[in-house]
Amino acid sequence: MSNAPVDAGRRRFLTWTTSVVGGVGAAFAAVPFISSWTPSAKARAAGAPVEVDISKVEPGQLIRVEWRGKPVWVVNRPQAVLDNLEQIGDKLADPDSSEPQQPPYTVNTHRSIKPQLFVGVGLCTHLGCSPTYLPGSFAEQVQGVEYGFFCPCHGSKFDMAGRVFSGVPAQLNLAVPPHQYLDDSTILVGVDQEA
Amino acid sequence: MKALISWIDDRIPMTKTWEKHISKYPAPKNFNFWYFFGSLAMLVLVNQLLTGIWLTMHYNPTAEGAFASVEYIMRDVPWGWLLRYMHSTGASAFFVVVYLHMYRGLIYGSYQKPRELLWLFGMLIFLVLMAEAFMGYILPWGQMSYWGAQVIISLFGAIPVIGDDLTLWIRGDYVVSGATLNRFFALHVVALPLVLVMLVFLHIIALHEVGSNNPDGIEIKKNKDANGWPKDGIPFHPYYSVKDIVGVVGFLFFFCFVIFFMPDGGGYFLEKPNFEIANPLKTPEHIAPVWYFTPFYAILRAIPDKLGGVIMMGLSILVLFILPWLDRCKVKSWRYRSMLHRLNIAQFIVCFIILGVLGVLPPTEGRTLLAQITTFGYFAFFVLLWFYSKNEATKPLPERLTK
Repeated sequence: MSNAPVDAGRRRFLTWTTSVVGGVGAAFAAVPFISSWTPSAKARAAGAPVEVDISKVEPGQLIRVEWRGKPVWVVNRPQAVLDNLEQIGDKLADPDSSEPQQPPYTVNTHRSIKPQLFVGVGLCTHLGCSPTYLPGSFAEQVQGVEYGFFCPCHGSKFDMAGRVFSGVPAQLNLAVPPHQYLDDSTILVGVDQEA
Repeated sequence: MKALISWIDDRIPMTKTWEKHISKYPAPKNFNFWYFFGSLAMLVLVNQLLTGIWLTMHYNPTAEGAFASVEYIMRDVPWGWLLRYMHSTGASAFFVVVYLHMYRGLIYGSYQKPRELLWLFGMLIFLVLMAEAFMGYILPWGQMSYWGAQVIISLFGAIPVIGDDLTLWIRGDYVVSGATLNRFFALHVVALPLVLVMLVFLHIIALHEVGSNNPDGIEIKKNKDANGWPKDGIPFHPYYSVKDIVGVVGFLFFFCFVIFFMPDGGGYFLEKPNFEIANPLKTPEHIAPVWYFTPFYAILRAIPDKLGGVIMMGLSILVLFILPWLDRCKVKSWRYRSMLHRLNIAQFIVCFIILGVLGVLPPTEGRTLLAQITTFGYFAFFVLLWFYSKNEATKPLPERLTK
């Protein structure tokens, strides 16, 4: 032990630098603990975006693909159906998609990027049953509307843009998943379209 | 025996600690009914730890096996049904006694100087307890477990910018899944109980440092006899240890009644949809949290905007933390405070109970309006308190404790 007087400034400097270095070390050591909470490779693989070939979807046809365990519908809507969407606004609960059930780039009457092709999550927003597609026979449910979706569980009704009719148990339009066009015949479900 | 004790005392302050905290801890002599609930909370904590440890011996924390293993505990494990019902009833009992304990602190001003830190530790205990209860409710992996988790975790999604990533991080998957169940299990059985026990320790140390408040809200330490013992104090043991045993007997009467005659608490302690296995594709008709969360849930729903609702719900709990600084009155107990203060506490309690009832019911227009009025009343308590407590017309305090 030397009897040299305490150099307070030096001691303070050492205390601070040691604390900072230690703090940085602690912050780095926290990384694996925090990162381990993010979805595992297995969960990411199961929730990965899904590519859908749409070149063979005929007008009026609906195909189903699975994305994150949910049925996603891809429907090719004939022009007559699209024209009809414009006229039924007064029968719907949320005709202008004001509820956040879709990405911003599908807030329009047809709730899609390209008018013909509707992409939606096929789960009723009431209690999660999968509604039935009624091509050409929906008029039994709603007069004057030939195409639509009818939920067999509690009778909720949706139009061909997934918009819910008023006066049914479901209150919200069908969800539109994030999606984008890779080219004219392929869409990618699960990734937002770039702005 | 004496030699053994003195051998230990030379190495660890055993006798000293016993005397400081138990046999020579001076407690005010006028503790009433409301002073049962601190020790009862300790009792329930021990019950939860003990039954919880035993339940983990049979429980399977996976999405595939959790529900079945709870059924296995109920049907096949010897006395498993009792352990589980003690644990599930204990969760609700915990909140019953903690709410009454907090009410006691509120009316007698036990949060006021010098007991601010004691109150803060108590509030942290309450917060951890809510997290503990929420995560515990996920574990049976029934419908309400699943959808309750869905709803609560999605609340974090209302936070701007980071919301979606935060919910993803909490869930560890794109939906509530086995990954979520496993991490909540780890937190429920290891991390949070450790924090809880530590906080309870700090709560008691803080209490014994400043001394207990009492229904009169005057400091017994100000009046000491020649030996330095407060004239209005009696040793915790045997006086209050014996009194608390009476409280325990009374409590166990109700506790056992629930366990044996209505273990689901009428559908409020264990909700009916939770007897059905979690199904991610089917939402129950009506999702309501367990009763002890409903006052805060009703505040959430009363606000028409999602982020606004989350903020108000958060504030409704946070505002309790700063109660010691909102109340600027020097008089603690409502016995000697103004009629305005008593009425304010009364309306606060009424609002809290109405909110609690509204939270279990499905919302209608009238109920939402009532929830908004009572939410206003809830917050008005704190705002009013801050204003009138500065120059409150109080009654003169007695020199010594009354009855």
